[in-house]
Amino acid sequence: MFAYVLRRFAGAVPTLFIIVTIAFFMIRLAPGGPFDLERPLDPLIMKNLERAYNFDKPLWQQYLIYLGNLAQGDLGPSFTRRDFSVVDLFRTGLPVSIQLGGIALSIALVVGVFLGALAALRQNTWVDYMVVGTATFGITIPTFVIAPVFSLFFGVMMGWLPAGGWGTWQHMVLPIATLALPQIAIIARLTRGATIEALRSNHVRTARAYGLPSYVVVGVHALRAAILPVVSYLGPTAAALLTGSVVVETIFGIPGIGRYFVQGALGRDYTLVMGTVVVIACFVIVFNLVVDVLYAWLDPRVRYD
Amino acid sequence: MTQESILRVRDLHVEFETNDGMVHAVRGIDLDVKPGETVAIVGESGSGKSQTTMALMGLLASNGRARGSATYRGQELIGLSERKLNRIRGEKITMIFQEPMTSLDPLYRIGRQIAEPLVHHRGMSRKAARERVIELLELVGIPDPARRVDAYPHELSGGQRQRVMIAMALANDPDMLIADEPTTALDVTIQAQILALLAELQRKLGMAIVFITHDLGIVRRFADRVYVMRYGEVVEEGETSVLFDRPKHPYTMELLAAEPTGRKAPPPLEAPILLEGRNVEVVFGGGGGWFSGPEAEIRAVDRISVALHKGQTIGVVGESGSGKSTLGRALLRLLPSDGTVRFEGADISAADKRAMRPMRKELQLVFQDPFGSLSPRMTIGQVVTEGLKVHEPQLPARERDRRAIEVLEEVGLDPAMRNRYPHEFSGGQRQRIAIARAMILKPKVVVLDEPTSALDRSVQKQIVDLLRDLQKAHDLSYLFISHDLAVVRAMADHIVVMKQGRIVEEGPTDAIFDHPREAYTQALMAAAIDGTPFRQQAGAFE
Repeated sequence: MFAYVLRRFAGAVPTLFIIVTIAFFMIRLAPGGPFDLERPLDPLIMKNLERAYNFDKPLWQQYLIYLGNLAQGDLGPSFTRRDFSVVDLFRTGLPVSIQLGGIALSIALVVGVFLGALAALRQNTWVDYMVVGTATFGITIPTFVIAPVFSLFFGVMMGWLPAGGWGTWQHMVLPIATLALPQIAIIARLTRGATIEALRSNHVRTARAYGLPSYVVVGVHALRAAILPVVSYLGPTAAALLTGSVVVETIFGIPGIGRYFVQGALGRDYTLVMGTVVVIACFVIVFNLVVDVLYAWLDPRVRYD
Repeated sequence: MTQESILRVRDLHVEFETNDGMVHAVRGIDLDVKPGETVAIVGESGSGKSQTTMALMGLLASNGRARGSATYRGQELIGLSERKLNRIRGEKITMIFQEPMTSLDPLYRIGRQIAEPLVHHRGMSRKAARERVIELLELVGIPDPARRVDAYPHELSGGQRQRVMIAMALANDPDMLIADEPTTALDVTIQAQILALLAELQRKLGMAIVFITHDLGIVRRFADRVYVMRYGEVVEEGETSVLFDRPKHPYTMELLAAEPTGRKAPPPLEAPILLEGRNVEVVFGGGGGWFSGPEAEIRAVDRISVALHKGQTIGVVGESGSGKSTLGRALLRLLPSDGTVRFEGADISAADKRAMRPMRKELQLVFQDPFGSLSPRMTIGQVVTEGLKVHEPQLPARERDRRAIEVLEEVGLDPAMRNRYPHEFSGGQRQRIAIARAMILKPKVVVLDEPTSALDRSVQKQIVDLLRDLQKAHDLSYLFISHDLAVVRAMADHIVVMKQGRIVEEGPTDAIFDHPREAYTQALMAAAIDGTPFRQQAGAFE
């Protein structure tokens, strides 16, 4: 298993390299640049800026310089936030996004699995219909609708919670709820389906035939099988949630890193976009690995060697 | 007969609520089991034999409901609360199932699973239970039990998994063991081992066994008394020997007569060789990725030579994994193989897909699975005529339809049904459709890959008759692949016995059946044909 993990990390390096290469040239293909403003800059200043940021060199040289810096953990200066390097921005923003996404994910996992299993055990009763109905609702309504409605209702109209901003735990409630709701819905549906299937499986029938108490039949034999598809789903989802959400961070005014991707792309902040790409890619790679290891631990039929 | 029954079933009904209305699976049956007795419930699929026992174990599907009475030592089981029922099932009454591959939880070690009934019914500690589990594994003949106790189900073969299930069933010294088709999914020699094991354990431990099966051979050797079920009712019951000698109900007679009979005469000596394979070899490479080790090769067919004459039927027998299906596919050039394959004298070993296409019409294949091998989205008319569209594209639609009618009549199906879809047909009818699909092209050679294995005995007999009639009418040559020796005996005039990719023995059917020379062939025969009761031969397979 250890050798497998090492191999996967070794495999991650070329993956990351390809992603960085494609992203680097793609963002450069977009018309315009970081210093194109409404009112054009003085040509002399422009030239100095370009020299300072190596834009006067051929693209392939810039690419090599970027790779060299990246190898040393330097993501370069941000073009739109002049006083910060990209690493600085992530250093302050990433913990916020991870905190928000991590709590949302944990809540979604616990509540989603619970509701899904409950619905499966009470299949075709009002409990089941409630869960499935709510879940369908939760999947259908996009976050850019939920977020402003929450902010308006709980923040502005009721005044129970801050409508936006960051600082206290009260500030976290609405954004976490917004992030968690659709995930609860998806996980509940996944769990429900898998549990129903597991309950019908032959080995659960065996457990029942041997008079095992229902907490063993369900908890030990059915749920462990039912959790497997949820675990697969968690890899990419965890990466997405922990790297922040553009919509939620923008609407609630949260200083995470989710905003940087869109803002950076619009402002042609090359290094910021590249930095976001690198961070997200790393998260995806790591969480996919975590999920694969977890999966092998849960299901002995899966073996990596 | 004077002994008190431990299980008394009276007027038991089982109903299922389905989208097509109420299905009455069991219609008021009576059944008794006495201590230490072996009772067989026999019937074909859908006769309600499994649902009867599911009902008394409280294992009906959620849309099922049981009515009537079933008492275990005076305790009513029908409608008993889950909590009270759990004191009986797994403790007094245990069960083994038809599907050894899926009846154990794949996520837990077998030791833990066998221990569960001990821990939950007897309050044993995990440690004490483990000791007992190792004893049990030893008892059911698992080699090296102290190590195997920590194996996962997927690390065991089907036969071993069934032994593990038996160990679990015996854990609490049950009063009664229900065995629901425990050997159906296993190879014949493994079947014999499992049956011998059950017989021996019963002799040692003295529990009653309720044996659910469709296989009369097993019943004859194994059961004291028999209940014959059909359409949810018991049509006849009695002592095994009496029932087999003097069956009263017509259905029982039909079942007993359902063993395929008759022999096929070999073709005349001067019959030309149609399809011939020389030193045919098929090797499957295993794995072989960037990071994995050296490729593991599996020699599925190891330099086999066969010659199929016109009008001949060669029966290829062997257990699963012996390479018999692979041989069939290699001879039809559906798999890359080494060696020479000749069809009507022409070497087709090197023929590519395009060159093979005109010959495909003459070389047909019928599969085992009549459910999976017909496209569910095509009417059977379309299924049957599909090959004609490829091989005789110039044929007008009306002529195609006429040929479809003709061939459907020939295989015994009502041509008026040709606009229906496969799911509307039974297993036997689907196999007829699959045969019609091959026959419409007027082939010369048909490879029949276990065409009767998924069917009930009485239906098997009909398919065997049909295949023999077709052979006679069209002078066909068959390569008949099967693990079912009774069927092979009725179909083939020449037999090839395969084991691990090689031919271990071959010869005329009667010679092989009457005087098998190789030990492996003898074991196969003994397992399948031998009529002596198991009790006398327990241990013969160990």
